[in-house]
Amino acid sequence: MSKILDELLYSESHEWVKVDGNIAIIGVSDFAQEEMGDITYVDAPAEGDTVAKGEDFGALESVKASSELYSPVSGNVVAVNEELEDKPELINEDPYGAWIIKVEMSDKSELDTLLSAAAYAEIAQ
Amino acid sequence: MDNQLKTTCLHGEHVALGAKMSPFAGFDMPIQYSNITAEHNAVRNAAGIFDVSHMGEIFINGPQATEFVNHIFTNDVRTLVPGQILYGMMLYPDGGTVDDLLVYKEFAPDAYLLVVNAANIDKDYEWMLRNAEGYEVGILNDSDNWGQVAVQGPGSEAVVSKVLGMDLSGLVFYHFEDFELYGKRAIISRTGYTGEDGFEIYATPEAIVDLWKTFLAAGVVPCGLGCRDTLRFEAGLPLYGDELSADISPVMAGLSMFCKLDKEEFIGKEALVKQKAEGVARKLVGIEIADRAIPRAGYPVVLDDGTEVGVVTTGYHSISLDKSICFALVDAAYAPLGTPLNIQIRHKVFPGVTVKKRFYQTNYKK
Repeated sequence: MSKILDELLYSESHEWVKVDGNIAIIGVSDFAQEEMGDITYVDAPAEGDTVAKGEDFGALESVKASSELYSPVSGNVVAVNEELEDKPELINEDPYGAWIIKVEMSDKSELDTLLSAAAYAEIAQ
Repeated sequence: MDNQLKTTCLHGEHVALGAKMSPFAGFDMPIQYSNITAEHNAVRNAAGIFDVSHMGEIFINGPQATEFVNHIFTNDVRTLVPGQILYGMMLYPDGGTVDDLLVYKEFAPDAYLLVVNAANIDKDYEWMLRNAEGYEVGILNDSDNWGQVAVQGPGSEAVVSKVLGMDLSGLVFYHFEDFELYGKRAIISRTGYTGEDGFEIYATPEAIVDLWKTFLAAGVVPCGLGCRDTLRFEAGLPLYGDELSADISPVMAGLSMFCKLDKEEFIGKEALVKQKAEGVARKLVGIEIADRAIPRAGYPVVLDDGTEVGVVTTGYHSISLDKSICFALVDAAYAPLGTPLNIQIRHKVFPGVTVKKRFYQTNYKK
């Protein structure tokens, strides 16, 4: 059984969101990293890029496969976790600590469409 | 799970080891036991064992066996001595590839063993039957009665010699020997699909299960199809369906050396002669990009102005070389070594350059 943190919101494509005022901190769930296996590369956007809800903003690569990342919210990328450039395995080791991007949301109401931990637990199995 | 999926004799072993299973070529096969990188490195540095029981074994014999195999096979089996193996292809008349395969020249006269890809067993068998008219040969698809393991890596000679109690120091690359396990025929060949020294062992399904357990107990690392693909790719070896197909001839794939155009005839010869004389529209190349992003099968190969000139067939961030490399089928004009070509990976375009397809220096015992 993969770990799901109660205080986070989730997308059906297995990203998590931690809300801090207007900022959405985005990563991938424990379930997603387990499905991927050892992650060898994180393809992330640059600071200043815009992302749109439901559109892909990058990808995770394992040896065998790539898995696209879909943004749970719209807005501007204000920070990128540069540590992942050299240590993509941090996502495997600590999926809820290894955030990928921080987005300044342009429409906070988009958060209402995301899943609670309980609702996400239904699909993450 | 798809109940159409077949299983090999080692299926229960894979499940018991907790392997990640996935459909491949109609079989439920292990992709990895621990992780692909560790299994890949075990083969490069020590010894790993693969379940390749899904491969097909088709036996040809009869007074015209040599003529028949030479008719359907691109390479020339007339030069083989008993116990020797040749790699080559079966082709359609238009030069497209039916399959790539190994031909074992048996110790009995007028007899050959053809080892074919799992996904193509039925197709190949029917192709052989259809083209056997007029030849005095018997064709037996005995695939279900054989299991097969591949033990690969620099440590394989020592461990295989020990487990089988055989001196294998004199068995050289692309040769085989017959022996017995539990009173039934078994075969060991110095062949493989990893770019390393290694052996492939064919025996009854029961014997293969016991061999598997014995090799694991001797410290050989179980390896899944995941690293089988990364290993063969680094060694520049094609996979049918990716680098060879009904639409990809051996000339396009750069495998002309396995097609003996000086033979009087074989199916597809005229098409290959024409392709050699007139050139082919597309050729298989290696491309290296200067980034950690990974070129995957299906990604477009593009010029600086965005024109699409090809497509990736297999690609990885190479485990042994720590480089992002791929095979790609590109317009022949861009095939020469050193040609700059870009690969589009999702929304970004990564500059690269064509390189030799044998990315990794192979270590065969010749």
